[in-house]
Amino acid sequence: MDFELSREHQALRRLIRDFAEGEIRPVAQSLDREGRVPWENIRKAAEIGLLGVPFPREYGGLGAGEIGYCILMEEIGRVCQSTAAILGAHIGIGAMPIYLDGSEDLKRRYLPDLCAGKKLAAFALTEAGAGSDAASIKLRATREGDSYFLDGQKVWITNGPIADVICVLAVTDPALGARGGATAFVVETKWEGFKAGAPEHKMGLHGSATSVITFDNVRVPRENVLGQVGLGFVTFMKTLDIGRVSLGAATLGGAQASLEAAVRWAKARTQFGLPIAHKQSIQFMIADMAAEIEALRSLVYRTAWLVDTGRPFTKEAGMCKLLGSEIASRCIDRAVQIHGALGYSRNNPVERGFRDARIAEIFEGTNEIQRILIAEQVFREVGVRIRP
Amino acid sequence: MDFALSEEQQMFRDLFREFARKEVWPRAEHTDKAEQLSVEVVQKAAAQGFLGMPIPEAYGGAGLDYLSTCLLLEELGRACLSTAVTVAIQTALVGLTVLVAGDEAQRRAYLPRLASGEVLGAFAQTEPEAGSDVSAIQTTARRDGDTYVLNGIKSWVSNAGVAGLFLVMVQVPGENGRNGLTMFLVERDTPGLILGYREPTMGLRGLTIHTVYLENCRVPASQRLGAEGEGWAIASGALDRMRLALAAAALGLAQAALDLGRRYAAERSQFGVPIATKQAIANYFADTVTEIEALRSLVYRGAWLYDRGEDFRGLAAMAKLFGAQVARNAANRMLQVHGGYGFSDEYAISRLYRDARALDFLGGTTQIQRVIIAQDVFRELGVEVKP
Repeated sequence: MDFELSREHQALRRLIRDFAEGEIRPVAQSLDREGRVPWENIRKAAEIGLLGVPFPREYGGLGAGEIGYCILMEEIGRVCQSTAAILGAHIGIGAMPIYLDGSEDLKRRYLPDLCAGKKLAAFALTEAGAGSDAASIKLRATREGDSYFLDGQKVWITNGPIADVICVLAVTDPALGARGGATAFVVETKWEGFKAGAPEHKMGLHGSATSVITFDNVRVPRENVLGQVGLGFVTFMKTLDIGRVSLGAATLGGAQASLEAAVRWAKARTQFGLPIAHKQSIQFMIADMAAEIEALRSLVYRTAWLVDTGRPFTKEAGMCKLLGSEIASRCIDRAVQIHGALGYSRNNPVERGFRDARIAEIFEGTNEIQRILIAEQVFREVGVRIRP
Repeated sequence: MDFALSEEQQMFRDLFREFARKEVWPRAEHTDKAEQLSVEVVQKAAAQGFLGMPIPEAYGGAGLDYLSTCLLLEELGRACLSTAVTVAIQTALVGLTVLVAGDEAQRRAYLPRLASGEVLGAFAQTEPEAGSDVSAIQTTARRDGDTYVLNGIKSWVSNAGVAGLFLVMVQVPGENGRNGLTMFLVERDTPGLILGYREPTMGLRGLTIHTVYLENCRVPASQRLGAEGEGWAIASGALDRMRLALAAAALGLAQAALDLGRRYAAERSQFGVPIATKQAIANYFADTVTEIEALRSLVYRGAWLYDRGEDFRGLAAMAKLFGAQVARNAANRMLQVHGGYGFSDEYAISRLYRDARALDFLGGTTQIQRVIIAQDVFRELGVEVKP
């Protein structure tokens, strides 16, 4: 066993840490306050190669694999969850399905531009009537000659209003439904009939734009079918599996930031004649945070390693997301508590962290769904099926 | 990064698992009921070299790394926590402490006997008034020529009933608090070492936990482990190792609880279907297995740090803190899965539940683990955290 990052990955972490501290942290509060997408930082991230961290160099990526990608999400998540959400939607679930199952033509046409930041990506699965029950999607794709025509609506699409390229799951054969009758498409948002709605007003992640997107008879050429016709659901689920590892990494960064803020404040704040760091009530909250964070860190990087070495990782990926989101929520809650009323002030980054953390228990598959998927694996190992 | 066990480690893990399944698990219920370690299990473990796992071959041990020792304790913990804790005491707490702190004569005298199982070890630190606060130890050692005379009371000494060698923590005169703490190797048949009351415990009933009296117990100066005043440092290192060892055993217990619950949930039908198909039950498994995998990653990482010779103190405390919680959560949830049957002594899960409760104080309370972790976190900022 070797729990140490390679020299290349260590260098990558230093690069990203410097970028996050130098460029992202100074604007993180204002992004939240103004609900502004950080275009400038997306461009700068692209310039130093961060938009292609996990992808091979031949497609314009950095070739740093899932471990590298988790480093990115942890470090960005540590300073700004909005920026992490934008990059996660772009890289981890927007571009990822093209890399996983796209034809060579699709990869060559899209990945270099996505890695270079010339285009932004998104991932469109959820519909008004299909959340945890993703298989009940209705958005229709009808074949006519060499084209498909997409009709319908997707909701809660991260990067929806700002994306140039969206991977969309649509029903090509209603008789078969999602399993066998759903197909993934790569859709360019400039095509006629595509429309993004107004950004949603959210509790947190104010710097990341999320919206409804509608498809009004959008013509998609056959070459933009992603993977095989009828197998889109598989591609999408596979993408979400990988996305859950890096989401776990982003929550790890958020939890780490909570700990750092709590420790700094506990040292600075004096009550009863001593810094509150000397009180066991405070120390023990901080100790629990540190222990949970190290357990999560070990799990996230082990799972990333499973991905990079081609081992099965579905169960562990769900664990990264489930454990990560709940640890991050607990940690930021404790950080707010340690800050007292100041932690409730919108001038304090922990207040933003508290609002930003909540969504990780919901998106990319609710934690309720993660639990079912994990339990399913646990019982499958002993030959028992717990779902029909 | 490489999270795979080496081929050798995998081979040993399979061997440990087979041993635990075949030899330890079938006797675990009896160990609990008889309130005695199974002599047979201990002898067989000794014959396999398990009692000297991390001890160098030159001293009669198996010379394996600490990660392998943790793999052993994990597998034993899966079968019987009393047995796992016994092996943890023998290897992490006593054996390695003699190796690290002992002089050559002490190593030659005791390590081969500890590794072969000829002698079982015990760690006598706690006193009626000195639990988490080790500096409050009142047992004294008075120098008298080439000997020391020990006087005091040690409580909660695990395996005192079967041990042949005690590591005893005392205060030497003229010092107080941590500065006077000194450790001695005291053999069971030394006059003045008297076995007292055995604690009747909720769980871990295979351990014979006793009060030990030292009444004018005279030991040669050559039995002093390290110098006078070095006891604190020696015990700290020993307990750091023990915490990782106990976290590994906790990991095994959590896995065992999951295995029991899983089998039960798959077989037990209510409302016409196995209860495993109910989300209320399935959720317990998701949470438990997620915590187990996080704990596994943490324990192995701690052992890996130890094997590289790096500072592993903070991580060991985290693993122990988290391990106790994970094991207790697992046992509690899986007992719930069993319904009323889980409350019956007929079902192993009830033993696991009682055994798991000890993990929140054995080897240092959960509260002390938090102090150690907080010390680590605040040290960088120059804030001294006191217990």
